[in-house]
Amino acid sequence: MAKFRLERAPAPMWTKALIPIVAVLVTFIITSIFIIMAGANPFEAYYNFIIVPLSSQFSALEVLVKATPLIFTGLAVTFAFAAGYYNIGAEGQLYAGAVAAAWVGATFTNLPSIVVVPLMLVLGFAGGMLWALLPALLKVKLKVDEVVTTLLMNSIIMYIISALLNGPWRDPETGWPKSPEFFEAARFIQIIPRSRLHLGFVIALVLVVIVFLIIKRTPFGLQMRAAGASKAGAMFAGINVNRTMLIAALVSGGIAGLAGVSEIAGIHYHLISELSGGYGYTGIIVATLGGLNPIGATVAALFIGLIDTGAQTVSRVLGVPVYLGDVVQSTLLLVTLSMLLLQNYRIKRI
Amino acid sequence: MGDFIVDIIAATLRIATPLIFATLGELFCERAGILNLGIEGTMFFGAFSGFTAASLSGSLWVGVLTALVGGMLSGWLMSLLSVRLGVNQHVSGLGITLLMTALALFGFRVIFGESRVLPSITPFSQLSIFPNSPVLGEIFSQYTLTYIAIALIPIVWWVVFRTNFGLNLRSVGDNPEATDAAGINVYRLRTIALVIGGALMGVGGAFLSVAQLGSFTFGIVAGRGWVCIALIIFANWHPVKVLWGALLFGSVQALQSRLQLTGIKLPYELFMALPYVVTILALTLAGRNASYPAALLKPYKRE
Repeated sequence: MAKFRLERAPAPMWTKALIPIVAVLVTFIITSIFIIMAGANPFEAYYNFIIVPLSSQFSALEVLVKATPLIFTGLAVTFAFAAGYYNIGAEGQLYAGAVAAAWVGATFTNLPSIVVVPLMLVLGFAGGMLWALLPALLKVKLKVDEVVTTLLMNSIIMYIISALLNGPWRDPETGWPKSPEFFEAARFIQIIPRSRLHLGFVIALVLVVIVFLIIKRTPFGLQMRAAGASKAGAMFAGINVNRTMLIAALVSGGIAGLAGVSEIAGIHYHLISELSGGYGYTGIIVATLGGLNPIGATVAALFIGLIDTGAQTVSRVLGVPVYLGDVVQSTLLLVTLSMLLLQNYRIKRI
Repeated sequence: MGDFIVDIIAATLRIATPLIFATLGELFCERAGILNLGIEGTMFFGAFSGFTAASLSGSLWVGVLTALVGGMLSGWLMSLLSVRLGVNQHVSGLGITLLMTALALFGFRVIFGESRVLPSITPFSQLSIFPNSPVLGEIFSQYTLTYIAIALIPIVWWVVFRTNFGLNLRSVGDNPEATDAAGINVYRLRTIALVIGGALMGVGGAFLSVAQLGSFTFGIVAGRGWVCIALIIFANWHPVKVLWGALLFGSVQALQSRLQLTGIKLPYELFMALPYVVTILALTLAGRNASYPAALLKPYKRE
């Protein structure tokens, strides 16, 4: 019997561009097994998944709405990962930003939009930074692994929010665990009438450009990428790796905080504990699919937004559980991860 | 007062059970040098597959066995990514959690539909060892899985510290290059560790659905996997300390829920957040001295 083994061989440049496309195809082949198990035709399902959402203006805009928080969290994760800081805490930092926004949105009832909205953004950014601060300091000062600490911080803030919503912020009239409703001036404006697309999307796009410029065009971005590629190498080149990681971690937290501001001021108008559907974790998928590049992350966020919207269509039309979307997303992540490494191998017959 | 304490001790053992299973599972992974963040999703999948198999087959033990196999599959998948391909362990572990969670949610809806009534089974009943003693009788009136969990502690200790396999496991987590030079297949050993670990995590999850609850809810695991990630550090990767850590956590939770019933007004969130805060504190105090397996997080590439 012929035997095969994997042999390492450096990838030619063109494979990198092909990876996302092949990964999507492989993912669709794998997930069609689950679609068949759910009693539906995979081709019909993928038609409803990918084509139908883009065929009406309303659902196409809905894709952008769904992509908005993912652009933020994808950028946040990209920013940290690019500097070699594994921030798994975007979920918690998102909620920290949302808490700050919820406080502003319900407190300064006399101020006009032009003041309140920037105030919310600044404090939301600060909230996210604050929640990223402790793990970052522990990493830099004491070399405590940031993955575990950022992950644990996610759980901690959920209990803080639960305490807030069941305590001081409980709705006094209905008794529901949700914070006081935002007053009109604190709500993000709708970009397109009769859709849910809000100012947050525009802010996200502006941020994409800013993050791209920082990472690719500034000396600090170069330091970040050097630290991300090799800490020892960067240190040898005279870069203050600790300082670089600390800043990257804090900015990453701040961007994740903006995701919270955008969701609360653009969609919900009050704080609830289900504000994020795991956007912080999905941000890791987005950043990985985007190859730790801000533009790539944006494309990935739009694609995941499409999958989220498509999953609802598939569920409505074919009765396939809406969680198919989650299956597709997580499979896509694992397939992409595998392919990023497999491209450096070739199969050899021995 | 005596009743109160007996009640708390009994509840502590119950709450600690899934944590003991899953943390011992994580111990195998991390001792071999792999941080398995797939734990949360693997537990969730274990709770789902255990409940589903028990419900369809009518046998609770078939449920537990299915969860064990499901956990093994999850661990094997993790090994494909993090051991064979050498993918970054943080991202692949979280990916496994996301995938196993999604599969469980999807599978549950496909099999049970969207019924208003939560599907349920008659869960395991508790096994009383000292039926005639008032105090010991109540404390040791536990699920069989709880007794198994406690029995696992010395077994795992023996496997890790007194067998050849355990020696290889520890060396592969500390210095894979040297282990490889000694003629041991690093990839295979790490894969075995992840598969064993996954099995234990799956059973831990199944305890929640098949023993404690008798049904499967979407919030059934509720971050217990992350508690285990905290516990393993707290326990310094030692099986006996895993028991103490899990019991400590369990007792705080038990005390909290009983105090809630007596009407003492305390935000329960404070107690729930405590294990996370304590772990971060422990990490801070240990700092550089935390005795991580030396090769944790480092993919091994054979040259």
